[in-house]
Amino acid sequence: MSRALASAPATPYARAGEGMVGRSAGPGFTLVQVGAWLLAIVWVAPLLYAIWTAFHPPAFAARFTLLAPLTLDNFTRALEAAPFPRYLLNTVLLVTMTLAGQLVLCSLAAFAFARFEFKGRELLFALVLVQLLITPDVLLVENYRTISRLGILDTILAIGLPYMASAFGIFLLRQTFKQVPKELEEAARIEGCSWLGVLWRVYVPVARPVYVAYGLVSVSYHWNNFLWPLIVTNSVETRPVTVGLQVFSSVDQGIDWSIVCAATLVTSGPLLVAFLIFQRQFVQSFLRAGIR
Amino acid sequence: MRVTRRGFTALGAAAIGSAGLGVRPARSTEVKLTFYYPIAVGGPITKIVDGYAKRFAELHPGIMIEPVYTGSYQDTMTKTLTALKGGNPPHLAVLLAVDTFTLYDEDAIVPFDELVQSEADRAWMKSFYPAFLENGAIDGKTWGIPFQRSTPVLYWNKEAFAEAGLDPERPPATWDEQVEFAKKLTKRDSAGNVTQYGIQIPSSGFPYWLFQGLVIQNGGQLMNAAGNEVYFDTPEVVEALQYQVDLARKHGAMAPGIIEWGTTPKDFFERRTAMMWTTTGNLTNVRNNAPFPFGVAMLPAKKRRGAPTGGGNLFIFKRATPAERQAAFTFVRWLTSPEMAADWGIATGYVATSPAAWETPAMKKYVAEFPPATVARDQLQYAKAELSTHENQRVTKVFNDGLQAALTLAKSPAQAMKDAQAEAMRILAPYR
Amino acid sequence: MDRRIQAVYGWLLALPACVLLAAFTHWPAVASLIDSFWSTPRGRRPAQFVGFEHYRRMLADDPIFLQVVWNNFLYALVTVPAAIGLALLMALLVNERIRARGLVRLAYFTPTVLPMVAAANIWLFFYTPGYGLLNQILSAFGLPDTNFLGSRDTALWSVMVVTIWKEAGFFMIFYLAALQAIPPVLEEAARLEGASHLVYLRRVALPLLMPTTLFVLVNALIGAFRVVDHVVAMTQGGPDNASALLLFYIYETAFRFWDTGYASALTVVLLLVLGGISIAQVRLLDRRIHYR
Repeated sequence: MSRALASAPATPYARAGEGMVGRSAGPGFTLVQVGAWLLAIVWVAPLLYAIWTAFHPPAFAARFTLLAPLTLDNFTRALEAAPFPRYLLNTVLLVTMTLAGQLVLCSLAAFAFARFEFKGRELLFALVLVQLLITPDVLLVENYRTISRLGILDTILAIGLPYMASAFGIFLLRQTFKQVPKELEEAARIEGCSWLGVLWRVYVPVARPVYVAYGLVSVSYHWNNFLWPLIVTNSVETRPVTVGLQVFSSVDQGIDWSIVCAATLVTSGPLLVAFLIFQRQFVQSFLRAGIR
Repeated sequence: MRVTRRGFTALGAAAIGSAGLGVRPARSTEVKLTFYYPIAVGGPITKIVDGYAKRFAELHPGIMIEPVYTGSYQDTMTKTLTALKGGNPPHLAVLLAVDTFTLYDEDAIVPFDELVQSEADRAWMKSFYPAFLENGAIDGKTWGIPFQRSTPVLYWNKEAFAEAGLDPERPPATWDEQVEFAKKLTKRDSAGNVTQYGIQIPSSGFPYWLFQGLVIQNGGQLMNAAGNEVYFDTPEVVEALQYQVDLARKHGAMAPGIIEWGTTPKDFFERRTAMMWTTTGNLTNVRNNAPFPFGVAMLPAKKRRGAPTGGGNLFIFKRATPAERQAAFTFVRWLTSPEMAADWGIATGYVATSPAAWETPAMKKYVAEFPPATVARDQLQYAKAELSTHENQRVTKVFNDGLQAALTLAKSPAQAMKDAQAEAMRILAPYR
Repeated sequence: MDRRIQAVYGWLLALPACVLLAAFTHWPAVASLIDSFWSTPRGRRPAQFVGFEHYRRMLADDPIFLQVVWNNFLYALVTVPAAIGLALLMALLVNERIRARGLVRLAYFTPTVLPMVAAANIWLFFYTPGYGLLNQILSAFGLPDTNFLGSRDTALWSVMVVTIWKEAGFFMIFYLAALQAIPPVLEEAARLEGASHLVYLRRVALPLLMPTTLFVLVNALIGAFRVVDHVVAMTQGGPDNASALLLFYIYETAFRFWDTGYASALTVVLLLVLGGISIAQVRLLDRRIHYR
């Protein structure tokens, strides 16, 4: 996986469209244009329809009429029926805590792998990379047992802990750290920096874009993660939004689509809005990081 | 449904009443009890339960109840089992009545027979509808006390009945009528596509529950009381399954394939189906959202009327000290008193668990305002225990898979049930 | 710097991450293997050594396991090529000078940002028989109503569609970046030699996209075995296990039946599949692609 990752080219998204040279309107091109648009409409229709449903009364959930009255009632009712603000808070706590842990642990480890010579380094690094393939969510049963033994079941820490040492983060930062010229480091050493000081003053600033990229990828991964949190949480105080949404929409009494759509938007809304605003950064981060 | 101010007044009176009924004298030392409970219906349930705990504390100063909302039934069971294995189970909990065997096999709970002391206690244990006690009984002892219980009923759209030339006030009373009505109620457009089905019996997720209604109506039952034998391949069961398959495949009066439980009420509101089987717990939902007059009826009869029970029981855990157990018992006793049972039923839509609860003034008033609430109660005399065995989840899954195989035509009903029977009996072999 | 001090620093820096990695990736993988040889402890009955019993049961006594494995391979076999093909198509379309390219690109990419559970909830609504969007479209064309999630023939396919919908846009950005990394001179040269645009794409662009394809392929394959959020939200594996995937079955076995011994054995199978993918990838890399 490591080599494949390295191959993911990091060309800016911004340059889109300058690739194809000097062709303009012709019958073939019209076809391309129409095809692209049709596909775009098909692709975004589900989401638009969900938004439409969320903002209209339940009676119109299944009837598409342009004149249907707009309402925020579904959101009010969704918020009344389940503690979504609390779920959102849990998710925010979760992604923050996880990311903070990842940044610290991965920076230290990446620094070790990039700049220190020690016995067993290559083997250790290879072992680290195993996690690219086998993520903690595949090992549900044993990880649940471990979390249970640690006595931290049903805590936000339990959701994040298995992901904090991220092979992917280590890999990414190691690649970046390796490109830092030794001279920079030596200069800092001469000025009396400790090793951690060197990491902080020299390496971290250089790797800032990589940190941003990794951060965005990590946040969107953990915001959206579901199965593992579903297993280790069982109370309102710890449940992230994804699990909250699922618990909410699978009650015995049946589904009210308008409310479910509203709840769905509440769940993914913050991330979606962030994405729309920082579209370019998101896409570049995904590209740079290459994996979620 | 909200707990109205009137409801709370009645509740206060009830509390005083039950305090007068000689519940054990308050202890001098303080006992603190953890109480796990799930929420499976809409409404401000946590507020209601917290209110109950507060009220109880006022009546019994020596006992403090700490209610912990633990998610769905599934979550609550998971949390309880985990806590149990970690050596720190709750003192009492509301869990699915069908999980009794699992809790028993884990050696987690105590039978209430060990906790009763007075004649009044013994009378109290007999005060519930017998159908609700069945799932809590193992080895002749009572391990769970009915608390939030439900049962499936039939809802029908009166407008659709009138359109189809049926008497809008008369629901089907037999299997044959059910087919006949459903066929009349099925509407097709000019292209022959169905625009309104006659009936929907949901079959996703836990298809066994509604199906079990058919089995009981056909004079059968799915398992023995000891929970170590099942009767999936008996003629009664196979016939019942054939009936459910035929509603869709032969009579064209029900959507073919698996019918989603969650969307069925919406299908009903959208006039996609004219009748539906679902839980009494949906009463409030239907009352608030059906854009047409509707009726609620007992499930139709074949050889007899019949329905399974459903919902949650109260359990007391073994790990607690004798004093804690007695305190928990006092709470259970209070929580299931007629007045409290009535209040809980009115607030949530669950079926009040004892005949005496239906005789309370609060319940009588509620019934007068909303007569369909009594249908579930009246059906209870025909109800039987819900499918529950040792290794319950596993056996139930085998059965569900068999039902779905038949409903999707992957297997014939007889074959599907034969396979399910063999597999279930294999799983249950260690318990015989 | 003294080699020994270097080594000590290196180990110390790498240690926190490595401990966590070992605790939540390596150890659980090994523990799954060990536990797969033991029966599940229940109540007062402790675990017993059962040797290969769980594996025997899988192959001989558990039709669900065989079905689930078959489902999962079919799922991978369909979703991976479909998502990759669509991603490539999208990238090619968006790389042309079409109108409102930014919007089109946004439409393709947005589903990626949604949590899988949210996407599944939205699609659940579309698939509803009768008044669901898809069935309304079908009936507008006079086609019969289809119970997408409720029939054995369509349930798994319906789940696949959601996967493809969500993944294609994500893979698109890698192709897009790769396309833009191709020097424009190549197309100019191709044109001078009289090659049409299509010939250029086939002969020049596609071969240059091979590393990207491999990268995306591996990611998609791993994802196909490791993401089951939508199965939990949409079908619970039904009807009659027609849409159950391997990880979902593990989840069900472990956390619904509490049969952890058997679940461990199933986990070992999943690990073998993932391991197989990575070995295949390394082989492919060595043989086909030389970019380092």
